[in-house]
Amino acid sequence: MKVTLSWLREFAPGIDGDPVELGEILSALGLAVEEMEVVGEIVDGVVLAKVLDLRPHPDADKIQLVDVDRGDGQPLQVCCGAFNMAIGDLIPFATIGTVMPNGMEIAQRELRGQTSNGMCCSGAEIAMGDDHDGILILNDRVVNGAELGMPIGQALGIEPDILWDLEVNANRPDAMSVAGVARDLAAALGVPFSFPDHSITTIDEKVGDLIDVTIEDPRMCGRFVATVLRNVTIGSSPAWMQNRLNQLGMRPINSIVDISNYVMLELGQPNHTFDLAAIPNGKLTVRRARDGETLVTLDEVVRTLVPNDGVIADESDEIISLAGVMGGATTEISDSTTDVLLEMAWWDPPSISRTVKRLNLPSEASTRFRRGADWGDNIDRAMRRFIHLAAESGATAVDGVIDVAGETPDRTALPVRTAKVNSLLGTTLTAEEMAGHLTSIGFGADVDSGDLVVTVPTWRWDTATETDVAEEVGRMFGYANIERTVPKGTVAGGLSQYQQDRRLVRDVLVGLGCDETLPMPFLAPGDLARAGLPEDGVTLTNPLHAEESVLRTSLLPGQLKAIAYNHSHRTHDVRFFEIDHVFLPAPDGQLLPDEREYLAVALSGSEAPAAVEVLDVLDRALALPNVQLKPASPAGLHPTRSAEVVIAGRTRGHVGEVDPAVLEAHGVEGRVAWLELDLGSVLDGPHGTRKYTPVSKFPSSDVDLAFVVEDSVAASAVEGSLRRGGSPLLVDLELFDVYRGPGVDEGSRSLAYRLRFQAPDRTLTDAEVATAREACIAQVAKKTGAVLRG
Amino acid sequence: MSAELEAVAEEAEQRLEVAADLDAVRAIDAGVLGKKSALTAAKKKLGGLDPDDRRAAGMAINELRTRLERSVAAANDRLAAGARAAQYDAERLDLSERLSQIRRGSLHLTTQARDRLEDVFVGMGFTIAEGPEVETAWYNFEALNIPEWHPARGSFDTIFVDLGEPEEVMLRSHTSPVQIRTMENTEPPIYIVAPGRTFRTDTADATHLPAFNQIEGLVVDRGIGLGDLAGTIDEFVKAFFGGEVKTRLRPSYFPFTEPSAEFDISRPDGSWLELGGCGVVHPNVLANCGIDPEEWQGFAFGFGIDRLAAMRYQLDDIRELVNSDVRFLRQF
Repeated sequence: MKVTLSWLREFAPGIDGDPVELGEILSALGLAVEEMEVVGEIVDGVVLAKVLDLRPHPDADKIQLVDVDRGDGQPLQVCCGAFNMAIGDLIPFATIGTVMPNGMEIAQRELRGQTSNGMCCSGAEIAMGDDHDGILILNDRVVNGAELGMPIGQALGIEPDILWDLEVNANRPDAMSVAGVARDLAAALGVPFSFPDHSITTIDEKVGDLIDVTIEDPRMCGRFVATVLRNVTIGSSPAWMQNRLNQLGMRPINSIVDISNYVMLELGQPNHTFDLAAIPNGKLTVRRARDGETLVTLDEVVRTLVPNDGVIADESDEIISLAGVMGGATTEISDSTTDVLLEMAWWDPPSISRTVKRLNLPSEASTRFRRGADWGDNIDRAMRRFIHLAAESGATAVDGVIDVAGETPDRTALPVRTAKVNSLLGTTLTAEEMAGHLTSIGFGADVDSGDLVVTVPTWRWDTATETDVAEEVGRMFGYANIERTVPKGTVAGGLSQYQQDRRLVRDVLVGLGCDETLPMPFLAPGDLARAGLPEDGVTLTNPLHAEESVLRTSLLPGQLKAIAYNHSHRTHDVRFFEIDHVFLPAPDGQLLPDEREYLAVALSGSEAPAAVEVLDVLDRALALPNVQLKPASPAGLHPTRSAEVVIAGRTRGHVGEVDPAVLEAHGVEGRVAWLELDLGSVLDGPHGTRKYTPVSKFPSSDVDLAFVVEDSVAASAVEGSLRRGGSPLLVDLELFDVYRGPGVDEGSRSLAYRLRFQAPDRTLTDAEVATAREACIAQVAKKTGAVLRG
Repeated sequence: MSAELEAVAEEAEQRLEVAADLDAVRAIDAGVLGKKSALTAAKKKLGGLDPDDRRAAGMAINELRTRLERSVAAANDRLAAGARAAQYDAERLDLSERLSQIRRGSLHLTTQARDRLEDVFVGMGFTIAEGPEVETAWYNFEALNIPEWHPARGSFDTIFVDLGEPEEVMLRSHTSPVQIRTMENTEPPIYIVAPGRTFRTDTADATHLPAFNQIEGLVVDRGIGLGDLAGTIDEFVKAFFGGEVKTRLRPSYFPFTEPSAEFDISRPDGSWLELGGCGVVHPNVLANCGIDPEEWQGFAFGFGIDRLAAMRYQLDDIRELVNSDVRFLRQF
């Protein structure tokens, strides 16, 4: 909402002072100043001039020669690149020596042999609007008594003014008007606020003889007020009005539309005008639309309506207006209109909101109705203001108004507890002080036994509860004046075990040289398939881009994109990790997707064992119970170099290498070692239990054993057998060599282990070590068929 | 006898002084102090002497032995030091020659900012709550006092998900649904912050991302009001940004808080930077979660995390945060 200082002062002449300070006060009232500017300051040297003659430039097509009279009655030749003028037009003219707002100084110059003695100006060139396209034509905009040669500001009746662009929140319907802003600001400044009295005269004709209104749906329409204006002539509105509309961002259209907008901006009351001639017998019915009914709106679009939509229908039950949202084409004011039916109403905000949203038809009027317009005296005031302004162009109102009531919000007195208000605000105000703040902005507030009885004004639709009132008290008291305290909570702060463990995982991975990435969770259609995964990601209804229309079910596609991106920027060996959400298809009977937190580690330029090593380090960091690799061919991974990660008996991830076919599809060369864990499952599962074993004080004995093991037998199986066979004396076990080649059969390899035997309570004898060694060999042979390498 | 021994000793000492290696010292050592040495032989003969002579001769022998042992040790030390020095010299390394590339990885800038924020709030007695990124209209809107027709709904620019009825499931447009989930499952008093990713239908550009991170705070306790909110924000800002940074609250509007405010922090030049939104929890929101608004009151606040991260390092393009470019990631 934009407001100007001069307009605010029409309601509260006491509003005065440094514009920046006034802006701060507006912000402190909750009307945040988004922008402040000085308007109406028109550069010195630009004067009102008249076009006397237009003729082609003899040697140029893109410019013409214009003779202007800038007050001395003499034709003065200028060269001009715009062609929108006609002889007789009034224009802004920059005389020689004028320094334009962009810094250019106007000088006499020659253009292809023709002298130019100044410049005809567009609106944008003199900071009056955004129009660059043509010369600003002022024929209808100059004030009475304007003369050629007059400074342009004077000729247009424009005085320097302050314009604030305010951010008005949805709970402040009142502040969607100049008067409403003035009310708040006047209260904050402690200066009087009042509505100017605009007298009107009417003709004898009775409104009741001309129009008849029925409200069929009182929920939809709380109040419907209408009258008739006769002798309407459609022309231009006066310069001062056009100027204000321009300043507040509305384009002047014609005398009636401009008054309609002016009244809306000034008082916040949207209004609608019908061509009375197009309404048979002046009969109107307010009702809800029936499913499938249609209306051609002002913008010539056929709208198909639903029963929520409020409409105004004529005598034959034809819809002629979409209530509060947009008028119909058949009753639109035209240049030939002489009699206008003027309507001002109060519409149910939720109903208007639904219609606006469904038809995507936001407008200045519907924005005000959605927030809740004033159903009280303001309608009568706006009616008088409209009639008063229309009278300036000769229109006359008939006697009286039609005023039909529907259901309006309850405004019975609201009990408000002083203690509750103080508690919500953290203040120690008395009931009297609170009442003072409330009455300053038009609330009724009576003190009763230390508490308040509050009457909320009709311009505050959103305000209906004790808490709403507390907010108003706080706002007027000033948030800056509230004492700052820190609650004395009895809750101990801290990270949950899960959150601590997640930080540990991140720190471990950073220590392993991995960089954390956090790509967005969106994928393009086909990304999952390209990563070898099922194409079952949850899709988005309204993505801005197709590349962001699918939610990931795995961190793999995003990591592959990241690796490919870095490869294309000549970084080949990257070590990435990511901890983030994935969205698996919703399980049966569940609305939301199965959202989980995953961990991925991607090591480009590394083979599968590198990923297993990372898993081993995480295993040690988290003390995971019984991590096993179960041979498998997970989707997207190398079918002979990958495994399922089974922790405490449940598959909680995959480890290995990305499928070369998938890498090829992403243009990634080399190998990518890959680990993906359902981190939520891992950290919520058993882990972190560590048991202390006293360190033995007795010497240990080391034994090396090499086995010839068939390729189909996992090293982990040999290791498991060794541990079982060597128990309880085997305290350490390390694979130190893997050998394939001469001396070992094709299809097998030699695995060499170093075993360390030790007892907690004695030095082992050679015989004991030999027995343990034999038990290991026997167990391996029994379980895996592997034989000791000779 | 003693003169004889003295001569042997002196000769040995001369040889020890010039011994070239430890083996030579060992040989000399064996010669003068070993079982077959003159000294040992002299000691064996002591038994044949009368007691007075025996004592004097014994002392002389022991003195000589001690003297020789010291000389041997000195020779050993001299040679060992030389050998160690030779070893040091031979093993000289240029430590700036590094072939292996062990390097620490990096935590993402957003994670670093998030961790710092979490730590500050943990220090102030808060715990960390989390919730899903895909939400229902109940958690994202309705429970937060934003009914289906409410004009505020449009301002969230929500990304909806193809699940359920139209506009029933969405990517959460703020972290506030975590407030609801926490209040539904926790008895007051509640002191939580909820960091996490949120979504809007924005086209990614230098200052916007359709997916970005926020942190939300919620306190529900007895007698909590706007003054507590202002004080908490003030304390947090001092702890996070430093003691000189001031805060202010300006009245604003959010359907889920009342009174509502925007909060600003002061810049060094005296101007204000809008950081986030906050307010006293609306009684409807408490009631929607089964909490009696007469008994309990609360406040909530929220602001962007990525923006703080971007501010700290003056990033000129926030898209770097999601590009996974190692040239960016490794800077932090």
